[in-house]
Amino acid sequence: MSIKVRYFASLKEKVGRSEDELPFVDITTVIDVWKQANCDAKLPDNILAAVNMEYVELDSTVTDGDEVAFFPPVTGG
Amino acid sequence: MKIKIVTESFDPWQEIQQFQQSAENMRGKFGATSIFIGTMRDFNEGDDVKGMTLEHYPGMTEKQLDKIISESMQKWSVIDVLVVHRVGDVFPDDPIVLVAVWSSHRGDAFDSSRYIMEVLKSKAPFWKKEILSTDIKRWVDKNTDGYL
Repeated sequence: MSIKVRYFASLKEKVGRSEDELPFVDITTVIDVWKQANCDAKLPDNILAAVNMEYVELDSTVTDGDEVAFFPPVTGG
Repeated sequence: MKIKIVTESFDPWQEIQQFQQSAENMRGKFGATSIFIGTMRDFNEGDDVKGMTLEHYPGMTEKQLDKIISESMQKWSVIDVLVVHRVGDVFPDDPIVLVAVWSSHRGDAFDSSRYIMEVLKSKAPFWKKEILSTDIKRWVDKNTDGYL
C-alpha cells in the first residue's frame, strides 16, 4: 500500500506537481508525509492539511492507504 | 439537502424555483426562505479584475459542504437547504455561490443561511485565481471575516 499526496492551488504551482505516491515507510504523521515527499523542505506558512478529505493538524497520525492533502487557506464563496 | 458543484454559469433564481417546485417535503411547511447569492465583482483590492478561475478539491468539497449544512440543521430548525457553487472560469456578474434555506420561521432561515455562508468561506476547499485587467494572474490570499 502507499500514501497518496495531493497539492492544490498556489501550493500546487509552488511544488510543481499536483500529486505524489509515497510508499508507507517511516511515516507516522502528516508532517512526515510532507517532508518525505518534498526532500525535507519546510512546509510553507499557513498551509492547511487534510487526511481522507477531513481537516487535520500536522501532527495527526497517518495510516497506510490514506490520502493526504496540502493546500493554502480556502477562498471560495 | 442538495449540493451542486457546477462548471458552467448558472441561474440562481431558476435553481431556487426548480428546487422548491420539486421538494414535496416542503409543501405547506415553509414560511421563510433566506437566499444568499455571491456574484463576481470586476474589482478587488484596488485592481480591475476581468476574470477568475475557481479550483476545488473534488470529493472534499462535497464532504465539507455536507458537514456544514448538517451542522446548521442541528443548530436551527430548518426544512431544507440548497447550495450551488461554481468552479472553472468565472467572469464579472457571474453568480459564484447560492445558499438557500427554507424554514418555518424567518429567524432560523436568516441565521442558518448566514452560518452556512460564513463557514463555507473558511472551510470549503475552493481557491480563486484572479486575472487582472493587466493580464497579471494572482491567487486570492484569504477570505475576509464576514462578521467584521
